[in-house]
Amino acid sequence: MYVAVKGGEAAISNAHRLLADRRRGDRTLPAIGIEQIVAQLGLAVDRVMAEASLYDRALAALAIRQARGDMIEAIFILRAYRTTLPRFGYSVPVETAEMQVERRVSATYKDLPGGQLLGPTFDYTHRLLDPSLLRDEAVEEGLQRDGEIEPVMRVADILSSEGLVEDDGQLPEGHVPGDLTREPLEFPMERDLRLQALARGDEGFLLALGYSTQRGYARTHPFVGEVRIGEVEVELDMPELGFAVSLGRIQVTECQMIAQFKGSAKNPPQFTRGYGLVFGQSERKAMAMSLVDRALRAEEFGEDIVAPAQDEEFVISHADNVQATGFVEHLKLPHYVDFQAELDLVRRMRREYEERNREEPGEDTLEAAQ
Amino acid sequence: MTDTQIFSGAFAEPVFDAQAVFRTVMDCMARPGTIGTISAVAKPPQPLGAAAGAVALTLCDHDTPVWLTPQLAKSKLPGWLAFHTGATVTAEKQVARFAFVEKGGVVPGFDMFSQGTQEYPDRSTTLVIEVDGFDGGEPLALTGPGIRDEARIAPAGLPEAFVSLAQANRALFPRGIDLILVSGDEVVCLPRTTVIRNGEA
Amino acid sequence: MNAVSTELATYNFAYLDEQTKRMIRRAILKAIAIPGYQVPFASREMPMPYGWGTGGVQVTAAILGPDDVLKVIDQGADDTTNAVSIRAFFKKVANMAVTTKTGEATIIQTRHRIPEEKLTAGQTLVYQVPIPEPLRFLEPRETETRKMHALEEYGLMHVKLYEDIARNGHIATTYAYPVKVEGRYVMDPSPTPKFDNPKMHMSEALQLFGAGREKRIYAVPPYTEVVSLDFEDHPFEIQTFDKPCALCGAENVYLDEVVLDDKGGRMFVCSDTDHCEDRRDHGHCGTMLAYDKETAR
Repeated sequence: MYVAVKGGEAAISNAHRLLADRRRGDRTLPAIGIEQIVAQLGLAVDRVMAEASLYDRALAALAIRQARGDMIEAIFILRAYRTTLPRFGYSVPVETAEMQVERRVSATYKDLPGGQLLGPTFDYTHRLLDPSLLRDEAVEEGLQRDGEIEPVMRVADILSSEGLVEDDGQLPEGHVPGDLTREPLEFPMERDLRLQALARGDEGFLLALGYSTQRGYARTHPFVGEVRIGEVEVELDMPELGFAVSLGRIQVTECQMIAQFKGSAKNPPQFTRGYGLVFGQSERKAMAMSLVDRALRAEEFGEDIVAPAQDEEFVISHADNVQATGFVEHLKLPHYVDFQAELDLVRRMRREYEERNREEPGEDTLEAAQ
Repeated sequence: MTDTQIFSGAFAEPVFDAQAVFRTVMDCMARPGTIGTISAVAKPPQPLGAAAGAVALTLCDHDTPVWLTPQLAKSKLPGWLAFHTGATVTAEKQVARFAFVEKGGVVPGFDMFSQGTQEYPDRSTTLVIEVDGFDGGEPLALTGPGIRDEARIAPAGLPEAFVSLAQANRALFPRGIDLILVSGDEVVCLPRTTVIRNGEA
Repeated sequence: MNAVSTELATYNFAYLDEQTKRMIRRAILKAIAIPGYQVPFASREMPMPYGWGTGGVQVTAAILGPDDVLKVIDQGADDTTNAVSIRAFFKKVANMAVTTKTGEATIIQTRHRIPEEKLTAGQTLVYQVPIPEPLRFLEPRETETRKMHALEEYGLMHVKLYEDIARNGHIATTYAYPVKVEGRYVMDPSPTPKFDNPKMHMSEALQLFGAGREKRIYAVPPYTEVVSLDFEDHPFEIQTFDKPCALCGAENVYLDEVVLDDKGGRMFVCSDTDHCEDRRDHGHCGTMLAYDKETAR
């Protein structure tokens, strides 16, 4: 007898059980600790924090463990948690000029006040598998410079003092910075919302788009004015007290990309900027973001919009990996009702096609015979 | 004068009361002319009535600037709204998401409020108007979405020009304001789609 | 090292926080006031993936109360895994009564079908919508489609449907078949088969549509005109099936094709599982059941 498929509930619960089993893996090995993930897989943690828009290393590490290392899944889990958090207020803009930098490089000047600081970078490592990491060998402490860490001037400010680069972006007067997690999206959008979307956007997607601008799809002749990584103070305005109080420090990566601009009737020739700012240490993301930010400002500079990276609606609508993965993966859900509708139509059209061919055996049959 | 009026008078069960009030308003908006009963108790400062207060607690917050009649604006209501909902009072009818008119208060012309735009007709003001009751007034005949054939109500205490105001509003569709009429614990919704005619004929 | 609190969060009734519910509720009221118009809303990240019903889930969460009885279907069936999962979610976060019986439900959340049983006043049907914009496949840009709706410029849609006829002899749209609501807005009915379109017209129930990823809510109030787009020489018609349901014998219902073996064996059964079971409980019997009863003796 035909019995319709039942028991979805049991199947789901068994699937969850198996997932938990696979997540834990070999029970003879110790379970990986959240502290270990934070300490030893820090860049994975940073990416999850950045794209989930939630600065909490321990929770990001928990999400990574829960997601078995699937980064987009971890980002998704952390975002869903973030949504449920109440808002206590809005911080004042962080002052990256006051950053305590751990890394700071500029491609535009050989030397500059504050110097080039390599910091903990992969840049000049030789990508040879390191057998010493197979064992838990003792690792030397990093070297620290003596004395206080002084803020170092931003490279963009050097150019700015000569008037050779546009000023920091200004929002229209009275404009309250938007928040796309609280308000519905609307096109065209202001740069504040665009930057927020990019900061939450998928690293791989932005990387590909940024790369495409370098290859001629909206070329902007970019130079890395500066990439800096370090800690900044987060402050909250307290109207009751009349001043801002510090909530603590967070690590961010900032990229100021200096790009070309010939000038216009209104503006003298000067460089333009692309901006990237991301939670944690994520240089690739910050750089890609700054390239895409600059490309998306095409209209502002009267440039022709000819490439994907310049197309605001295209870029912003598809940058979110949680949305993208949900919709792509939803295709595996049952669609048999719709498929039945299509099947029925195709069968009908097929029948009509064959009837037509039977009535007038012509070219089609000849072709088939060849 | 104490501020107890400001700090008291909200829902006893905020989550469930707001849900119950919303469902009543939603059903009434979906079935214009149907008289709904608001069972959750809100006690806003005078002269605003209970049902209007319940609607405010249910739908207003810091994202919804609220316009009040001069009478309401000088009552304790602005403080009560700010404390319980976070909503701020605006003098600009065009930016108000909600507007409240107490019983007997002067109802401004509908076209003074935001009617939304052709692209975003949802960005319009919802007017909450207290009336004397839903019978005994001028009979109105209602047709349109949500109404099978015709609905009839006779709200007392609406401005004399109400029918022509409503017809002018209907003519703007898809733009236009939406109305929530309240009296005691009763509510009737008249969305912009409802065609309102004098019901005498 | 900051430790992770074991008590991460206590979730509000129906998961969403109250501010979010208010925002969604306001959008629903405007949606009802402008039938067929897509109201933008600040869709939240839900604990299930985008594309899996987050819009419907947010609408349901914003309207449901402790007295509601919820039914969730996917492809017309209560026991498809995603329907089971969404039902379990609401059982958990709202501790509410659930049912598979269409007649008992006050809220029905659906993906891809409208129940066969006529819905009544007091019921609300919540659709999960993947792409709310009916013009999206003709014009990918939101900025453009918004203008088209504003100006009531729907010529492109008619051109597309007519091109189908010219090329295939048929309108090749079989599901998500566009409708016009109350003579004004062209609306996507969600990917229901066009078989279900007539059920939307002058329905006694309130119909709400939630698109989470695309951040839109729209509505069709009860007793509202919903007309499928068509042409005088090619009137709209729904799918018909040659045979009744093999299990309950129902005619004029939407059927799923079930592959029985690898030799071309097929049977057609009701897509609406509750409707089918109810009919069988009332003694209706299709060919497949009759055959089974015979052989069992």
